[in-house]
Parts: sequence; C-alpha cells; structure tokens
Amino acid sequence: MDYIDPHIHMVSRTTDDYETLARMGCVALSEPAFWAGFDRGTVHGFRDYFRQLTEIEPRRAAQFGIQHYTWLCINAKEAENVELSREVMAMIPEFLDRPNVLGIGEIGLNKNTRNESIVFQEHLDLAARHNQLILIHTPHLEDKYQGTRMILDMLCDDARLQRHRVLVDHVEEHTVAAVLEAGFWAGMTLYPVTKCTPARAVDMIERHGSERLCVNSAGDWGPSRPTAVPDLIMEMKRRGHPHSLIRKIVFDNPREFLGQSPHFKLSENS
Amino acid sequence: MNSTLDREFLEIRALIVQLAAAFDRLDRCPDSAADDPRRHRLEAAIGILTGASQMRAEQVQLHFGKPYEAEWREKMGFAKTT
Repeated sequence: MDYIDPHIHMVSRTTDDYETLARMGCVALSEPAFWAGFDRGTVHGFRDYFRQLTEIEPRRAAQFGIQHYTWLCINAKEAENVELSREVMAMIPEFLDRPNVLGIGEIGLNKNTRNESIVFQEHLDLAARHNQLILIHTPHLEDKYQGTRMILDMLCDDARLQRHRVLVDHVEEHTVAAVLEAGFWAGMTLYPVTKCTPARAVDMIERHGSERLCVNSAGDWGPSRPTAVPDLIMEMKRRGHPHSLIRKIVFDNPREFLGQSPHFKLSENS
Repeated sequence: MNSTLDREFLEIRALIVQLAAAFDRLDRCPDSAADDPRRHRLEAAIGILTGASQMRAEQVQLHFGKPYEAEWREKMGFAKTT
C-alpha cells in the first residue's frame, strides 16, 4: 500500500533505508529539522543543515522515487540558547521559498522551560508572518502532558494561527483528545520505548476516529524503525480494518495536511 | 468467543509474565528498591490496571506525568492572555 511518512529524519538514515522505504510503499516523506545529538555552536552550522535538508536529501530520496519535503527551525533542545535561536530564526526566511520546504518545524518544548517557551512563541510568530504550516514536537515521558497543554495554550493565544494548519506530533493516550478537540491535527509517532507502539496507535484510532490523525515513524539516529508505518498497516489489517480506513490514516490524511502548502505536489501516480 | 482475546490472549499473557518477572527482578536485586519512590509509582500503576476504568492507558500515562498548571504563564513571568 502506498503511504506517506510525515515525520522521519532521513539525514540520520542510510541510503539503503530509502530503498527499503520505497519497497514498503513510501511515496513521499517530510523531514522536520531536529536535534543532531549535540548542540550546534553557530548559525552557520544550521545554514549547512538547512542546505542538507533542501538540496541533498531530496536528491537521495529521488533515486528511489520518493518525494522529500522538509520543515525548518531550531529545535527545543537548543532553544535554551535564545541568542543563537534568534540568529537561526532570522536566517530561516532565506530558505522558505525552496521547493521542498513545507513550513516551520518541529518546534515545541523539551523540558517545558521559560526559554523554550520564548523561542517557541517566536517560531509561531515567524510562521504566522510568512503564512507557513507548523509541525510541533511535544515532550517525552513525564514532561509530555504538562508540555502539550502549555503548547496548546500558546497556540490558542495566537489568534493569527489557523488550527487546521498546525499538526501537534507525538500524541499519546493522555494528550490526543485535547489536541483534536482544540481543532489541530495530531500525529502519533511509532517509536520504541518513549512514544507509541503500532497497537496503541490503532487503539487511539478506534477510540478517537480517523479525522485529522496521522502516523509517522520519526526514524532518526536513536533506536527507531523507519518502516514503522507499514507495521501500523499490518496491525490494522490484523484487526480487520477496511482498506479505505487504513489508506485514510497513512495516505489521505497526511496528503490533506501537507497539501495545504503550495510546495507539496504529490505525483499523479500515487 | 471474544475475537480480541482470540487474537491477543497469548500476547497479553506474555506481557503479564514479563511484568511479573520484572517485579521479581526488582525484589532480587541486592540494593533493595523497596523504598525507592519509583518502585511505589510502578506499584500504583499496577493498581490502575486492575481497576474498573476503561481508560487505563490514559490513566497510567497521567500517573507517570507531571501535572499541568494553568497558571504556568504567570509563574514564568509571561503576560497573561485574556
């Protein structure tokens, strides 16, 4: 089955992974900017990273017929350095017209600090001023509930933001309802240990329905499975869900959300 | 017959055995975990599993998470939004 992975960090993956994704049915993916595993020291490091996301990765993906899209930001872990964050945010508009850029992301909170909140709100302002889609990272483990609620507060504070143009990612059982009820899109990340399993994601689909709900692998440099979306497809098939519902979750929904960007142009073959 | 049990009985059984073995492991470890607050949180979570709620996964997640404070903006020194 064709599918779209709306959140996967391909800079951390091998070219073999691109081939495997293509064999599994992945026709397009979007790659948010994220933490490299270490704090970058200068704005120049981010400029090079954004070139990798907008020039190199689309070419690697295209070798296997996969369309590569991306999101730009400085992530929450590095947002404690507000001065550097502001330098990066000031540089981002240079890249917004590049053909695979969908918006600002993945922005959000990590430890729910004041500095993270300042940088998050300034990213929201950047997105609003440039009419960009927004992809949001929510914290992990014990910080998730508090951080997700803080993020929803800040999103609702900014009247310029259109809620159907914002996806709040990494939702779990205790956060999914608040995100959907507020009118935002929600993403379930299939990731070992800290996020959600395919079985639990299918449970949430069964409880909350399929509207404005996407799934992704977030495959990165940590323990993760870039083919987690096909794992969810298998779990839905195992439970007897119809093909139309599975396709809505793994293809139609991400296409609808990402398609709000004029840069997202899925090929007619999909 | 319950179709979910037909499909998942052995998997759920295996998860429960894993959980039982994990608590046995905690009991066996030389530096006792008996007074560790994390051990108490784990045991309290088991209580949620055996309760009558049909939102056990959500309840367990909330149990392990920090609470939300609606006044967080004021505490961080941000202007209040109306």
